[in-house]
Amino acid sequence: MAFYMIGERINGMFNDIGEAVAKFDPKPIQDWAKKQDEAGAAYLDINVGPTAVDRVKSMRWMCELVTEVSDTPIALDSTNYDAIEAGLEVCKPGALINSCPAERAKIERVFPMAKKYNAKIIALTMDKSGIPKSADMRVGFAMELVASADEFGLAPDDLFIDPLILPCNVAQDHAPEVLEALRQIRLLSDPAPHTTLGLSNVSQGTPFRPLINRIYCVMAMTCGLDSAIMDVNDDELVDAIASADMLLNEAIYCDSYAKVFRNR
Amino acid sequence: MPVEILKEKFTGTVQEVVLGATKEEGGTRAKTVKLGGSSTLPFLQYEGDIPNRPAIAFEIWDIEPDWNEAFNESYGDVWKDPVAWAKKVEELGADIIYLKLKGADPELDNPKSPDDCAKIVKAVLENTGAPLMVEGPGHPEADNDVLQAVGEAAAGENIALGLAEKDNYRSIAAAAMMGKHCVIGRSPVDINILKQLNIMITEMGIAPNKIINDPMSSGLGYGIEYSYSIMERARWGALIGDKMMAFPVICVAGAEAWRAKEANAPLEDAGPGWGEQKPRGIMWEAMTAAALIQAGGDLILMRHPEAVKLLNKHIDDLMKPNLY
Repeated sequence: MAFYMIGERINGMFNDIGEAVAKFDPKPIQDWAKKQDEAGAAYLDINVGPTAVDRVKSMRWMCELVTEVSDTPIALDSTNYDAIEAGLEVCKPGALINSCPAERAKIERVFPMAKKYNAKIIALTMDKSGIPKSADMRVGFAMELVASADEFGLAPDDLFIDPLILPCNVAQDHAPEVLEALRQIRLLSDPAPHTTLGLSNVSQGTPFRPLINRIYCVMAMTCGLDSAIMDVNDDELVDAIASADMLLNEAIYCDSYAKVFRNR
Repeated sequence: MPVEILKEKFTGTVQEVVLGATKEEGGTRAKTVKLGGSSTLPFLQYEGDIPNRPAIAFEIWDIEPDWNEAFNESYGDVWKDPVAWAKKVEELGADIIYLKLKGADPELDNPKSPDDCAKIVKAVLENTGAPLMVEGPGHPEADNDVLQAVGEAAAGENIALGLAEKDNYRSIAAAAMMGKHCVIGRSPVDINILKQLNIMITEMGIAPNKIINDPMSSGLGYGIEYSYSIMERARWGALIGDKMMAFPVICVAGAEAWRAKEANAPLEDAGPGWGEQKPRGIMWEAMTAAALIQAGGDLILMRHPEAVKLLNKHIDDLMKPNLY
């Protein structure tokens, strides 16, 4: 019950969405919204991608398209906070801002915006100097983010803290550090902040992507991970998550547990 | 430092189910009864809504029961006649009349036919105004035949039909669907089977507001803690958003309590300090019910009018707002 799947597919980095954004063609965007809904997505990530001429306008347009066909809250994925704000203006309440690092200037822009629009935030355990390697550094940033939430009147569980996983073939030593960070982030406050990962990053550049994604996801769930930005249409991945959720005693077992997980 | 009242934020709600149908709704009932609808733990009104107080159903049989002498005074003159008995329990304040068709048990010498049962149900409906729940004799094939006939005879009355179980739910669910009735799903003190049964019933096309769950109760002293913890787990599941656990729950307090030796043993056979039998039996039933409503019971199936009085008083106290 407790795991939020954030559907990654409406992202201009994918060719079909990139073309749709360039041509203002609603169909691929709405089709992917429906398809990810059916798979059980709790949020639909929207990223205008590199083809958008005007990121603010494109984000608003994409959000409007998705809200036409889906009640699922949107995760607004952009480094351009004006684009995110444009999206928030047309989204239903309960959206997710993706994302904000532990940098004071950005916190001051994003956290009040979240408060104003009743949105939640994916908060990254990094600052200008980049992604830290050790669990301790990651947790340190997480602590700052939780303190900032309190400062701006947000609850700890309005945050989805992302300890930032890197590809296992080039940054193998990060994977266990992220697991340790996840364990500790759950202890930072009561209620605990949510945690999330850009799951597909872990397998970037390897020939075993689905396998590595689902194995790492289950490992991370045992460390307290309760959401992921992921391919919700990867049935084996969703089955693995449903099984882990059940084995962690988060959802009551029944023979159709994997189906129930998708139909929550 | 001020004390902050801790309030749990739940995302789910127990499904509200309506039993009975008035004239405007296509039935003949004088009133309807709403079950469930809670968005918090039992009686914790300060952190959620409890729109409906636990309802009480009085159990009656279509044949003379073999109940303890403690019931003679209340029902001795009516229990050969289910219609008179139904009228009696309605006078005693039953929210719902719970008719158990024991007489259709094929193992009896002269079992009642499905038609006989349908006639009894019709007659009860014609002479009373409370919503009705009807349970078969507890024999798979007989249940299917009897409940189908009852479902047809009571079409439009929105009665509750039971009991559908994992290995025998299709006919009963279909009968409920045809007559627009509610269906009671029962599982043997097993929450996993209960959830799966709810999924299977739902997949037949039964609407969520037509499903009631019987997780099976145990009486005080005879495993009530198993039922209690399962009901708690079901309620928690409902409140954190598990829609397949979010159905109103029935507690069989009367029948289970009166199976206990402690409820029935006359003074001369009683254990040390047990005291008089009649008040003991009544208390056994009332205490069983009081425990089960704390675990989240939405509809309590009772037998003794004195036990019901105690339970009603207790529920009145618990329903007083505690909002802080």
